Amino acid sequence: MDAIDKIRERTLAAIVAAADPGQLDAVRVAAIGKKGDVTGLMKTLGSLEPDARRAFGQAVNQLKDDVQSALDARRAVLDSAALDARLMAERIDVTKPARFQGQGRIHPISRTIDELTAIFTEMGFTVAEGPDIETDFYNFKALNFPDDHPARQEHDTFYLPPDAEGSSKVLRTHTSPVQIRTMEKVTPPIRIIVPGRTFRSDHDATHSPMFHQVEGLVIDKKTHMGHLKGCLIDFCRAFFDVDDLPVRFRPSYFPFTEPSAEVDIGCSRDGGGLKIGGGDDWLEILGSGMVHPRVLEYCGVDPNEYQGFAFGMGIERITMLKYGIPDLRPFYDSDLRWLRHYGFLPLQVPTIAEGLNG
Amino acid sequence: MKFTLKWLKEHLDTDASLQEITDALTMLGLELESVEDRGAALTAFTIAHVIEAKQHPNADRLRVCMVDVGGETVQVVCGAPNARTGMKGVFAPAGAFIPGTGIELKPGNIRGEASNGMLCSERELMISEDHDGIIDLPEDAPVGARYVDYAGIDDPVIDIAITPNRADCLGVRGVARDLAAAGLGTLKPLDSSPVDGQFDSPINWQIEFADDQQHLCPLVAGRYFRGVTNGPSPKWMQDRLIAVGLRPISALVDITNYVMLDVGRPLHAYDADKVDGDIIIRNAKPGEKYLALNGREYNFDPEMIVIGDQHGPDDLAGIMGGERTGCSDDTTNMFLEVAIFDETNVAATGRKLNVLSDARYRFERGLDQISPYWGTELATKLVLEICGGTASTVVMAGPGREWQRQIGLRHSRIKALCGVDISEADAKRILGALAFEVSGDGETMQVTPPPWRGDIDGEADLVEEIVRINGFDKIAAVSLSRPHVISRPALSPAQQRVRKARRTLAGRGMVEAVTFSFMPGALAKRFGGGSPALHLVNPISSDLDVMRPSILPNLLSAAAQNLNQSVTEIALFEVGPQYADDTPKGQAIMATGLRIGDTGPRHWSHDARAVDAYDAKADAIALLDELGAPTANLQVSIDAPDWYHPGRSGSLRLGPNVIAWFGEIHPAVLQQLDIKSPAVGFELFIERVPMPKSKRSGHAKAMLSPSPFQPVTRDFAFIVDHDVAAENLLRSAKGADKDLISGVGLFDDYQGKGVGDGKKSLAIWVTLQPKTATLTEDEINSAADRIVAAVAKSCGGELRG
Repeated sequence: MDAIDKIRERTLAAIVAAADPGQLDAVRVAAIGKKGDVTGLMKTLGSLEPDARRAFGQAVNQLKDDVQSALDARRAVLDSAALDARLMAERIDVTKPARFQGQGRIHPISRTIDELTAIFTEMGFTVAEGPDIETDFYNFKALNFPDDHPARQEHDTFYLPPDAEGSSKVLRTHTSPVQIRTMEKVTPPIRIIVPGRTFRSDHDATHSPMFHQVEGLVIDKKTHMGHLKGCLIDFCRAFFDVDDLPVRFRPSYFPFTEPSAEVDIGCSRDGGGLKIGGGDDWLEILGSGMVHPRVLEYCGVDPNEYQGFAFGMGIERITMLKYGIPDLRPFYDSDLRWLRHYGFLPLQVPTIAEGLNG
Repeated sequence: MKFTLKWLKEHLDTDASLQEITDALTMLGLELESVEDRGAALTAFTIAHVIEAKQHPNADRLRVCMVDVGGETVQVVCGAPNARTGMKGVFAPAGAFIPGTGIELKPGNIRGEASNGMLCSERELMISEDHDGIIDLPEDAPVGARYVDYAGIDDPVIDIAITPNRADCLGVRGVARDLAAAGLGTLKPLDSSPVDGQFDSPINWQIEFADDQQHLCPLVAGRYFRGVTNGPSPKWMQDRLIAVGLRPISALVDITNYVMLDVGRPLHAYDADKVDGDIIIRNAKPGEKYLALNGREYNFDPEMIVIGDQHGPDDLAGIMGGERTGCSDDTTNMFLEVAIFDETNVAATGRKLNVLSDARYRFERGLDQISPYWGTELATKLVLEICGGTASTVVMAGPGREWQRQIGLRHSRIKALCGVDISEADAKRILGALAFEVSGDGETMQVTPPPWRGDIDGEADLVEEIVRINGFDKIAAVSLSRPHVISRPALSPAQQRVRKARRTLAGRGMVEAVTFSFMPGALAKRFGGGSPALHLVNPISSDLDVMRPSILPNLLSAAAQNLNQSVTEIALFEVGPQYADDTPKGQAIMATGLRIGDTGPRHWSHDARAVDAYDAKADAIALLDELGAPTANLQVSIDAPDWYHPGRSGSLRLGPNVIAWFGEIHPAVLQQLDIKSPAVGFELFIERVPMPKSKRSGHAKAMLSPSPFQPVTRDFAFIVDHDVAAENLLRSAKGADKDLISGVGLFDDYQGKGVGDGKKSLAIWVTLQPKTATLTEDEINSAADRIVAAVAKSCGGELRG
């Protein structure tokens, strides 16, 4: 038994002392290898009496298990240390710049269209579209613009060459032709918005020959001017994110609406900066009115049965007001510095759930 | 439309303040543009008499003036060269704020002499830039009177915008009528009672229109004035004309202008001695022309209405008189014309000749239909009062025009259209205040608009008048009811894709641009456009004269600008229309992108790489994936349009349809735009991408059944001819066993040593995915043999040894 204890003591000490996997393996071979000490003890079993053999055998087996456990434990320690050492050797400078994935931008005009679409979706509108190159009928006549009337001249229309019959197409001066195109096709009730490109031959600091408008049209049997006010007040407050935004309706004139109203929102200009809401100043942002009975008639809609309102607003203008963009012209200049600064991240999608404000 | 507050009060009896009036104007639809109160800052300034101006004892350039300021004599030291004994000037007492210098005047002592005020220059009053000396008033200027009263500037000038329908408000009286109807006072009566003629007019009207053109001059009145004295008009009239920006000319001319501004009735005054015989109204004859009062010559065409005598026309009807027969200071006999002309004709003529005039502005918007009658009398009173002389009887001509009309009005429509309760009595009161005649009651009212409201032609117009005067602010706002508890999508699937295209490309690092729908014609030609039908007749400039056939040139031009700003990595896109013709179908929605420069800034991890055609191809395919196109079925053909590099571009097709083009931009195009770096781009026809089939059976996706058996990947390298398309090789490899092969990819394209001239080595990986059992080595080898055979057959490729 002394031999067993001595071997145990010596072997376990050697295991603990082993500094690397090689030394540990040498200890293993010396203990439980074919010619190892513990293996040697096993070989002596046969020469013992049966009783002594059982007791000795149990003791040697116990020794073998203890040595194996100690070997495993030490190997785990050594392996872990070796891994640590390797990983330390593999160290990189994680402060170096990461690989670059450039981020794009959404143009502020597209952003505003998405925002206003989200708001009008909540009010049950769908989006309608029409061509940029229009006939005189859709752009003017069906909208109750008399020939040679000053109201027509105010539009600064771009013309294309006359066709064989002498009629010239125009670049649509407003999105209102889509009112006509929609009413010709769809039986009321109608609730549409029409964001799109519009064109007028005017070019200065506050006018661009191309700009964007959004048209709105609501036609059913009951919608009256109070709804016009409610709809547009709700829109303005949601879009500009000012719950108590003052909104003012004042009489105006558009050939295709009667009565007609221009809509102002309250603002202040104290201290030079423009602030939407509050204050005692007004900013005109859109035109609106009850659809003229003659326009309904042009579209085959009976004005004694149906009525409703229409509105139109400049998308650049409300974008500039909301996001504090000072000038109109850079909208179309495609200057990357401007686009990156005033543009929006692609996944910053305006939704009711995530909010509408960039 | 400008007028002064006092002028307004000639027609409106009111206690309302300026602020109340201007607020009301805007809410009546007569939008306030500005109020200029020129006199407000000058009320302390009075007219003074310089009793004595003597040399300052201690300063060469100064004078010491004893000034009578009206009952009190004040000593003032003055440096103006024109200060002199006996003159009259404008005096500012100590304590007055001098607008021109921005300082408050303090009593002082200038080089030993007391100075208790100041004699002012025009610049110090900010009424002009003149600072050469102090204001030198005429001898009869009343000493002690307020200067603003004397100068007629104690009267705020109000400027309002008049919408095209409100011709009646192009005269002060019309504005006053609206204000009175809205409760801001009472409209004063206008005396247009007839003045008896003293003799028969020696000039008569000759209307010489063809029978079917009689409508061009429905009504004209004329009156001959004998023995008038034309000189300066009275001061009150001059003050008002100056206040609204008109230059006084002579009494006769000023009277015509004043009546036009006052009651919206343009007039024309001929020097009767310069008219030979009767005055003729007719269509112009080819080749006729005249010298207008603005000093310019205009050529007539036969559509135009002209007025003149037997020597030819000298007046463009409703627009502008002529030099030959116009009044001068020497005019002693005058013939007055008060006419109505066809509005459309006047508008068309004015536009053709590009003549703007206050008269045209009013004629084309429509005048009071009976104004030739009362306008003549109003003008007569002013002429006789100011210029003396005697008036003839009135000569009238013209077939007349039926302007009176009855419009039905149902009281219920006010509430139904506008959602506001206005009693029948209030509605009638408002219409009455606007001079509409109302008969009947309730649902059967009949309304006759006054002769100056040509814009009113239906029930909705009447409702608007009632609601407008009652106030839009009295209409209660009502939110729209929601048609669905949960909102439905506002965008159709096609519209959703357009929006998705923007976000996809921006997500790939590209920046969205919005460029004009037009572009230079020369450039459009290079991109397959520029057809005459898409040339604007009236472009804003020659750079923007053609509808764009492609978005690419606009992005290229934008890129050139950015390159000039030293931005070197450009990734721009636009999603928008391009125009193949002038029909709705010719307008296509494109997603177009452009990349120039390296794929990113220089980086430690890899070498900089210039963008190439494959980047553009990747953009296009990523977008197609996002739009739900079956991109696995895409085929590339080598036939992109000629604005691309012929050897480095292609078309992406689904079946026979071209969905997109991509590639390097042709170097010649880049040179034309002065772009020195290579550029790659793509143009994708969004509407040509097939719509995913609508799901009839709800939204459930097909069941996923992943194979439990191990996939196997094998690599192959083929030697093929140099011009073999990689896509063909991949496609034939994949087609070798469609059931078994789940994926193929190209991982090497080698040319050079070891593969022979005119050859290349294409290395591919192929993944085999068994579905029923694990593949055996034999099965794998058999599949490999089929792949090699298929490639050999379609591409002539052999396995690289």
